[in-house]
Amino acid sequence: MTTRKAATGKAVTYREAVREALREALVADERVFLMGEDVGRYGGALGVSLGLLDEFGPARIRDTPLSESAFVGAGIGAAIAGLRPIVEIMTVNFSLLALDQILNNAATLLHMSGGQVAVPLVIRMSTGAGRQLAAQHSHSLEGYYAHIPGIRVLAPATLEDARYMLAPALSDPDPVVIFEHGSLYNVSGTLPPDTGPVDIDRAAVRRPGTDISLITHGGSLGKALQAAEQLAADHIDAEVVDLRTLRPLDDATVTGSVRRTHRAVVIDEGWRTCGLSAEITARITEQAFYDLDAPVERVCGAEVPVPYARQLEEAALPQPADIVAAARRAVG
Amino acid sequence: MTPRTTAKERRTRTRPPGPDTGHRLGLLKEMLRIRRFEERCVEMYSAGEIRGFVHLCIGEEAVSVGVHQALTPEDAVVTTYREHGHALARGIPAEAVFAEMLGRMTGCSRGRGGSMHLFDADRRFYGGHGIVAGGLPVAAGLALADLLREREQLVCCLFGDGAVAEGEFHETANLAALWDLPLLLVCENNLYAMGTPLAREHAQVDLAARAASYGMVAWAVDGMDVLAVERAARRAAQAVRAGSGPYFLELRTYRFRAHSMYDPDLYRDKAEIERWKQRDPITLLTERMRTENGFDDTSVELLEKEVAEELDRAVEQARQGGLEPAEDLLRFVHSPARGTS
Amino acid sequence: MPALGADMTEGTLLEWLVHPGDQVRKGDIVAVVDTAKAAIEVECFENGTVDRLLVEPGTTMPVGASLAVIGPARPATQTSEPSVPVTSPLVRHLAEESGVDLATVHGTGPGGRITRADVNAEPPSAAPLRTPPAETDTTKPPDTPRVRPEKPPTPPARPGTGDGATRVRATPLAKRLAVEAGIDLAAVAGTGTGGAVRALDVKAALAAALPSAATARPAAATGRHETMRRAVGDLMARSKREIPHYYLSTTVDLGAAIGWLHERNRELPVAERLVPTALLLKAAALAAREVPQLNGFWTDDHFTAAPAVHLGVAVALRGGGLVAPAIHDATDLTLPELMARLRDLVSRARSGRLHRSETTDPTITVTNLGDQGVEAVLGVIYPPQVALVGLGRVVERPWAVDGLLGIRPVVTATLSADHRASDGATGARYLAALDRLLQKPEEL
Repeated sequence: MTTRKAATGKAVTYREAVREALREALVADERVFLMGEDVGRYGGALGVSLGLLDEFGPARIRDTPLSESAFVGAGIGAAIAGLRPIVEIMTVNFSLLALDQILNNAATLLHMSGGQVAVPLVIRMSTGAGRQLAAQHSHSLEGYYAHIPGIRVLAPATLEDARYMLAPALSDPDPVVIFEHGSLYNVSGTLPPDTGPVDIDRAAVRRPGTDISLITHGGSLGKALQAAEQLAADHIDAEVVDLRTLRPLDDATVTGSVRRTHRAVVIDEGWRTCGLSAEITARITEQAFYDLDAPVERVCGAEVPVPYARQLEEAALPQPADIVAAARRAVG
Repeated sequence: MTPRTTAKERRTRTRPPGPDTGHRLGLLKEMLRIRRFEERCVEMYSAGEIRGFVHLCIGEEAVSVGVHQALTPEDAVVTTYREHGHALARGIPAEAVFAEMLGRMTGCSRGRGGSMHLFDADRRFYGGHGIVAGGLPVAAGLALADLLREREQLVCCLFGDGAVAEGEFHETANLAALWDLPLLLVCENNLYAMGTPLAREHAQVDLAARAASYGMVAWAVDGMDVLAVERAARRAAQAVRAGSGPYFLELRTYRFRAHSMYDPDLYRDKAEIERWKQRDPITLLTERMRTENGFDDTSVELLEKEVAEELDRAVEQARQGGLEPAEDLLRFVHSPARGTS
Repeated sequence: MPALGADMTEGTLLEWLVHPGDQVRKGDIVAVVDTAKAAIEVECFENGTVDRLLVEPGTTMPVGASLAVIGPARPATQTSEPSVPVTSPLVRHLAEESGVDLATVHGTGPGGRITRADVNAEPPSAAPLRTPPAETDTTKPPDTPRVRPEKPPTPPARPGTGDGATRVRATPLAKRLAVEAGIDLAAVAGTGTGGAVRALDVKAALAAALPSAATARPAAATGRHETMRRAVGDLMARSKREIPHYYLSTTVDLGAAIGWLHERNRELPVAERLVPTALLLKAAALAAREVPQLNGFWTDDHFTAAPAVHLGVAVALRGGGLVAPAIHDATDLTLPELMARLRDLVSRARSGRLHRSETTDPTITVTNLGDQGVEAVLGVIYPPQVALVGLGRVVERPWAVDGLLGIRPVVTATLSADHRASDGATGARYLAALDRLLQKPEEL
């Protein structure tokens, strides 16, 4: 397998990084198999699993009918029985069809059975807007899942996380939901040398700074980093925190950053009302209130079903300029 | 993965039913045990000892007892919230089920599940599902694991007639048939989805016919005759073990009590209930054994006595179970150690 | 009353299907109960004879209450079990309203049933448990005399923390920093949104107050000094603008006090010797306790007396500026304690390490410029306090006592007071008290 491994220093895309992670998992553990709509012959609706069918065969790269509830539930059952299924759902919007299985079974069975029935299942799905796919393929519903006790929610925003988050997710004895932002698949870059599995308990500071904390995840990380560069030109030194794990939230890293900078902007492509950004903001005020020197600012997706037309879609999403404006308000 | 082994290569692990007195006595005792268990539940519920939702299977004992004759300890069972009978038939001790309903730590789900969520992983009894049809996809997954691991075992999934109206039933039936999963689908058709009669819920009330449309073998069986249920279940199990893919049994039965403890039962005609009581599975088998096995009143009394003694003991034991301290509330939300598998 | 559902806490008996004397068997339906959702049949779990029915149809009973007594299979007989009062829901309601315990009422109705008349004849066993009339209906005269809710006696509104006019708009970090640094937020000009005080502003004020900080960043020192100056200026301007000051002055003979002090100090090591200031402060505090109209706060257009005397002491900071932190409960301190507290307070004020409460809750302030050679201070009141006591230098003056002229140590004590909260006569009583207290130093 080493020959297939992305060579250090060679440019890879996010999509290839996820594929490489899948390949590694399939090679490393016989119990691992991938199932989902069009993951086999088609190569994955987003092209992630292209080539894996030839390599691992139809028993382990399983095309499923368009039955989100049944194949997610089947993943739960197979996980209970000792296998390590990876279930791919095309988009988070479709995952709502399987929400019963994820919430009522995957997240619940261990507790409801008094600790007897663990569900070591990994569910991957794409999320987010930015590709003019309109209102039924574009939403960012990570917050729905981050609400649920009993599951872990990950959002790999970098090539490195895309490549090295799957292994720790598979070794988690409980359900893990991984959100891959649709706009990231074509992002390419140089993968750093294998630094081992990602610590999926911790958020990551992607850019250190002293004046304000930009807290975000997934597809908005790049925008936050761009905003930080613009702010630097104004002599505002922004720290960018990538939440990376949306449940359980790494309070220590977030509040640690805010304690240093005393100001925060929370950026979330999801809707503002009752969303992930609300939770982060609440935790900051709970845990770092006396360190705050300005109200926490939020930059969120507009409260609208994501529209098709490009200019409308752009207006509906957090943009670097919005982040810069919010940061300036906070710094004053 | 290699093709599955053929029927010839498999052994029949359980004995076929016959006029064997010992076997019938076992069936009768098990049904009686479930019936009396359920009656104790009513009493304890009325006294406020048991709370929450409790769904009794009085009248449906032949389903639990008959189907379980065809299962081995290696098989898995997934069922619904009306599962006391299935749990007992599967071998979960009565005291563990009582204790669960009393919210005790000694309950089979440590008091976290209650009546609707009985679990016993060691007996491969995977619940106890409160979402109608929600257990079906999970059962398909358990069966998928058996298939991928080439194991000679099956998953028995029990559900009610109401579940056949759910999308999850149809998704699962399709998936199971498509993938030839070793899944025994048992529809416990008691004619009512809570309060809605079959004909008011299903355009096609022949549920076996609907299952058959997915390309699986499907039968309707008298669910009040435990011997008929056992025969059908054995035949179905044998076929599933032989790699035929999923199998659908519709067991036509009736619950004598209301849907749950909080159901005034206004939607059923008392005369209808009385008619079905004429076909009480316990009476049916008792009468048959009087005719064919020389069974008499003394035998019945002996059985009743044994069952009563067991249940007395079980209730007493259950009442002594400890209560989990509230500090342990968050236990089992996650597995204790991550990364151990 | 059986539990017939997960959410059932009580049920209403609709109908008895059995009568006393009836034989019942396990599984018999004996009654019908209304559970609010539906009428449900009640099943019997005993074999026996219905002895007595304890509850009449129409009665609502909690789950677990006894409905009937089933005895062994024999005819009904009288038993001596305590009976449950039998009555109707209406009567129960009436009893509840009137505070009558039904268990103590003798029923005169059929079968000993308690009637409305029985309840009305009963004196209430306790005060009626009635909620006060709704506040929203202001057109209706209240049933009971309305008492205007008293403001809680403590704590009074304080600068920077309380509500109303004195509330300082500041970020949480700024508030925390101000407390840690011993800076009064009310004296800091805010540069944030809506004039909110931010960390930057507190740091500027602190830098102005602390020469060390100013040294560290000399370039900014002038600006920060100005900020501090402006903050003090703003507060004093507000005081002068809002508070109608009146001023009183008296000269106090300290002969007795100084004499007593010398006697006392002679016995003590140098480090423990008392200075006249301690006596003056203690007397100022005790006098404030005697004249509570001067010890407290003017907020929301009225005066609230403080429950204790937290004596503010004006401390000039090196490098300019002024703070007036409190010596808490100054009236309760012995003179050595008060001395120690004063030293500690001055030292911490000058190093910027005052505690939050010290900066925010003086109830009356003393400013003593005697060590600067000043004879009389006519000070400006710190809002929301209502009085400021000024003490000058202790000087020897020719003084007539009992018709004889002598040289006596004297001090000029002044009072600046808020005319909204008190009048000159009140102020005069304060200065008189101060004088009197200082004549008996051994009691201080």
